[in-house]
Amino acid sequence: MWQLLQIELFKIFRKSRTYISFGAIAAMVIIVQMALKFDGRSYIEFILGSLKETLDIPYATILNGYFVCFIILNLLLIHIPLLIALVAGDEVAGEANMGTLRLLVSKPVSRTELMLAKFFATVVYTALLLAWMAFLSLVLSILLFGTNDLIVARSNAIEIINRNDVMWRYLAAFAYATIALTTVAALAFLLSVFAENSIGPIVSTISIVIVFTILSEMQIPLYDRTVKPYLFTSHMLGWKGFFYLKTDADGISMPGTVENLPAVLKSMGILLIYIVAFAGSALVVFKKKDILS
Amino acid sequence: MKKICCLLALLLLALFEQSAAQDAEALVKKVKSRLDKVNDYTATGEMKTNVSFMKVPAAQVKVYFKKPDKIKIKNEKGISLVPKGTVSISLNHLLGGQYQVLDGGADKVEGLTVRVVKLLPLDESNEVVLSKLYIDEARLLILKAKTTTRENGTNELEMEYGKYADQALPDKIVFTFNTLEYKLPKGVTFDYDDGSQKKKQTGTADDQRGKIEITFSSYIINKGVPDEVFK
Repeated sequence: MWQLLQIELFKIFRKSRTYISFGAIAAMVIIVQMALKFDGRSYIEFILGSLKETLDIPYATILNGYFVCFIILNLLLIHIPLLIALVAGDEVAGEANMGTLRLLVSKPVSRTELMLAKFFATVVYTALLLAWMAFLSLVLSILLFGTNDLIVARSNAIEIINRNDVMWRYLAAFAYATIALTTVAALAFLLSVFAENSIGPIVSTISIVIVFTILSEMQIPLYDRTVKPYLFTSHMLGWKGFFYLKTDADGISMPGTVENLPAVLKSMGILLIYIVAFAGSALVVFKKKDILS
Repeated sequence: MKKICCLLALLLLALFEQSAAQDAEALVKKVKSRLDKVNDYTATGEMKTNVSFMKVPAAQVKVYFKKPDKIKIKNEKGISLVPKGTVSISLNHLLGGQYQVLDGGADKVEGLTVRVVKLLPLDESNEVVLSKLYIDEARLLILKAKTTTRENGTNELEMEYGKYADQALPDKIVFTFNTLEYKLPKGVTFDYDDGSQKKKQTGTADDQRGKIEITFSSYIINKGVPDEVFK
């Protein structure tokens, strides 16, 4: 199994398209960092809105590495699924397209082992992509902007988190994001089983993510109650839950706490169920598939 | 005869009011002369912020003051969003400059009878329009101050005194100020909706008032404070 996984990882990382994602993330992160380095004040003024009328805003200290990292994650985690689909959608369909799939299943390896190796290779790719993103958005931002307390802007509230209470939240958020993006990878992997070339599953995955994200973000009560709780895209934003703090009776936030940890864990559980369902379905379909290409 | 009695009564009333105003002015002078003994201070304390749309942890802050009316609240280990009208927490600022003193009678603060004094700045360009001070006459301490400003509405300052009462410096202050409602589109913030019911709606009267509470642990008085601190 380990050997199979190594072979699959070798196949992923010898394709030049794999590195498009790493390059795209590097470009996007650096563009955002440079923009904030030169005009971060405008962005802070925008997100703090009318607060500058009544409060003294310490712009220089707000613009720190933790804050920049949060902005980058907020902007990019919506778009990263597209980069994940690029590789995951190619896993089986790419082999079918090249005509190597039939050859592959004729080897003395069970289809289950083959599919598991391909899926875990996709998971490794997803984790590496996120690790790369974490390095650029968190480590590089800290080096460029330093550290201080983190300000998180919600639609109707501002959270201030002590600087020594931030790092574990980022680690939890990146771990959560890995699960969230693995869900997208599992979906693309499932769709890949049905296709003979990789364009179909990649475009289908992107389309599904876009439609579901729109449904998740629309504030329509009918969808909020019926559709939204079951869409995996509604739960992909759960990483932000680690940055929402509990408050005491006086409205003072309590360091080390999470406002609604059970809800975050529930969202994580739902995403894991989706992963098992998508990957399991892919396995079942592939085992029954009549491979002609 | 009735007319004479009425005139006498009016005259007595006018004399009484003038005497009350003079008493109030003398009281303010006494309080001011006590405050004048402090040229500068650096106070260390814990600040709690209570604003409906802000979730802020308790922060260790330093409050710097220098005569005549320079004051700065600094969180040197983190970020604190401090209301713009904090100059009102400096009583020297309220009692500085030229003003007309009016007697506002007696009132109660925390069960204690106090003298109410109103200060009307004579300078029309002054940021402060009206100050109302609640003074403990026996201890010559201001327990509460309401300040109406041109830019930031009405602020309220309540003070509790303890070990620094001799220097007229409070152990605890509660500063209540006006805020504006905060709202950003969800399409910008991409909030995580955890499915729970939100506790309250924004736009209520409580949302328009914020409060900071500073409990001081120590003061360093008249040891000098550099001007750079206030920049």
